[in-house]
Amino acid sequence: MASGLFSWAGNSVITSEGLALNTPLAAALSAALLVAVLAWAVVRPFGWPEAVMAVPAAGIAVATGALSLGHARAEAERLGPVVGFLAAVLVIAHFCDVEGLFQACGAWMARWAAGRPVRLLSAVFALASAITAVLSLDATIVLLTPVVFATAARTGVRPKPHVYACTHLSNTASLLLPVSNLTNLLAFAASGLSFTRFAALMALPWLAAIGVEYLVFRRFFARDLAAAAPADRAAGAPPRLPLFALVTVGCTLAGFVVASLFGVEPAWVAAGGALVLAGRALARRRATPLTVLRAASPAFLAFVLALGVVVRAVVDNGLADVLGHVMPDGTGLAALLATAALAALLANLINNLPAVLVLLPLAAPAGPGVVLAVLLGVNIGPNLTYAGSLATLLWRRIVHQHEHDVNLGEFTRLGLLAVPSSLAVAVVALWGSLLVL
Amino acid sequence: MRVIAWLVEGTWPACVDAVRAHAPEAAEVVLLHVSGPEVPAVAHGAFDGLLGRGHRPGHRPAEGWERDPGDRLEALGDTSASALLDAAARRLGRPCVREERSGRAEREVVAAAEGAGLLVLARDGDRSRLGPKSLGPAVRFAVDHAPCPVLLVWPEPAPGLTTIPPPPPHHQP
Repeated sequence: MASGLFSWAGNSVITSEGLALNTPLAAALSAALLVAVLAWAVVRPFGWPEAVMAVPAAGIAVATGALSLGHARAEAERLGPVVGFLAAVLVIAHFCDVEGLFQACGAWMARWAAGRPVRLLSAVFALASAITAVLSLDATIVLLTPVVFATAARTGVRPKPHVYACTHLSNTASLLLPVSNLTNLLAFAASGLSFTRFAALMALPWLAAIGVEYLVFRRFFARDLAAAAPADRAAGAPPRLPLFALVTVGCTLAGFVVASLFGVEPAWVAAGGALVLAGRALARRRATPLTVLRAASPAFLAFVLALGVVVRAVVDNGLADVLGHVMPDGTGLAALLATAALAALLANLINNLPAVLVLLPLAAPAGPGVVLAVLLGVNIGPNLTYAGSLATLLWRRIVHQHEHDVNLGEFTRLGLLAVPSSLAVAVVALWGSLLVL
Repeated sequence: MRVIAWLVEGTWPACVDAVRAHAPEAAEVVLLHVSGPEVPAVAHGAFDGLLGRGHRPGHRPAEGWERDPGDRLEALGDTSASALLDAAARRLGRPCVREERSGRAEREVVAAAEGAGLLVLARDGDRSRLGPKSLGPAVRFAVDHAPCPVLLVWPEPAPGLTTIPPPPPHHQP
């Protein structure tokens, strides 16, 4: 039954080429596939990877003709370098951890703060912003947050503001570079900007958003930050400088600038940095080829590719028309603000990853300014909702995954203060950057 | 008589000092620390927000990018709680019982105070001036609901009487 249905859909699509792709059945099928992929990614049945659903779904979209083979190939070619870039950044961040970079961060923060909560918050803001920008938000959440918590606990400081800062900055501080966030890599590929121009345009919004977050945090957590304990355990031994990791990351960053001057794909530079760090770990027997492969998260990469194909099918089959009416026109300040707000809203409903995939094809024709406004929305927006999106939040509530959960009222109050203000200020900064640069 | 001192990061030394000053020699002293679930939960939520990373709930111990930072925070929290209680016991300098609880701090404290002769706790609010705002929500709850006498201390020297605002005009004679 099902195969007959699909082949009929396929025939109708193949015979009615071009714009006539918008058959209701193809639209319904691709929408159902996307819902299934996202639901699986949120629910994660049996703990299986998200790619288990996403890859077959992408296959079905192509096999039934809901997405033409040409479009699927174009999407894969567009996402290929993005996925390679992502793999390289994940490997770099993983081996920075192996080299002791994050432990050193903890020691630096402890020495700088010396048990003073506000100084520790400033140190966390500086390091989390830098690490998110250079090594991606995954590094901040998975690798830096435990170090920050341990540092706060060790120096007698209440850890709540500092842990909250890590989670907020993993989103807000992921604006600067294409490598900072997967959403950026996707937008970078769609925008046609060079690496350096992307960073130049986003530098001011990045600083502005972080500055607003800092002010909000100082005020929101004033009570916790006023509780200073005796810093009798504050001073530790000076940390060993992870020189090799720092130099490699620095050279990789410089390489991005040089590569964009010569029109070389920056993914190659990232791959070089990843090879150097992984090669050293392999040579010193601190890693095996298997750990290098796992550091690149192959299942995640497959999920990104497959999700991109499925979303393309949905966009081709009518979503573009629907959202095209919702997307604000123009590139003025008001239009950029509205675009960012729409992107933030969508990111909070579903996750920011599908949100950016849906919005990019609609934003890209309007120029890089609109694409970057979408990025501001999808990157800053998730701070509003616990666990990144309402979909995930609802699912956690349904399964009672954590009996004692976060104080949702506090989380949301902080988000309601921080997100609209930092987003608005960042959009204004972007608008200014677009005018000047 | 049992004296319970609720110790919180940042303000605990004042509570220990108050026990030394005010608890009778014969009293049994309990040093209580409550680990709240909120901070690890913030990290759990941030990790769950990373869509598609192949996180495997229940398949622990995970490695690399699949390590949930919230789990590590929970483990680190246990270690730091016992370190805090150790430091407090040293500062107290007399026999005592250490009690670690986990859950909502204010509820756990009230439950632990049942049948006690004295609950010692420190103000956790805005301590720049005298007044009701010097109590945060958790201490406010514990003070309001404590089933025993309460000794409420300032973590640092109390602000001066001049920090009290003048009475509103219509109350003046």
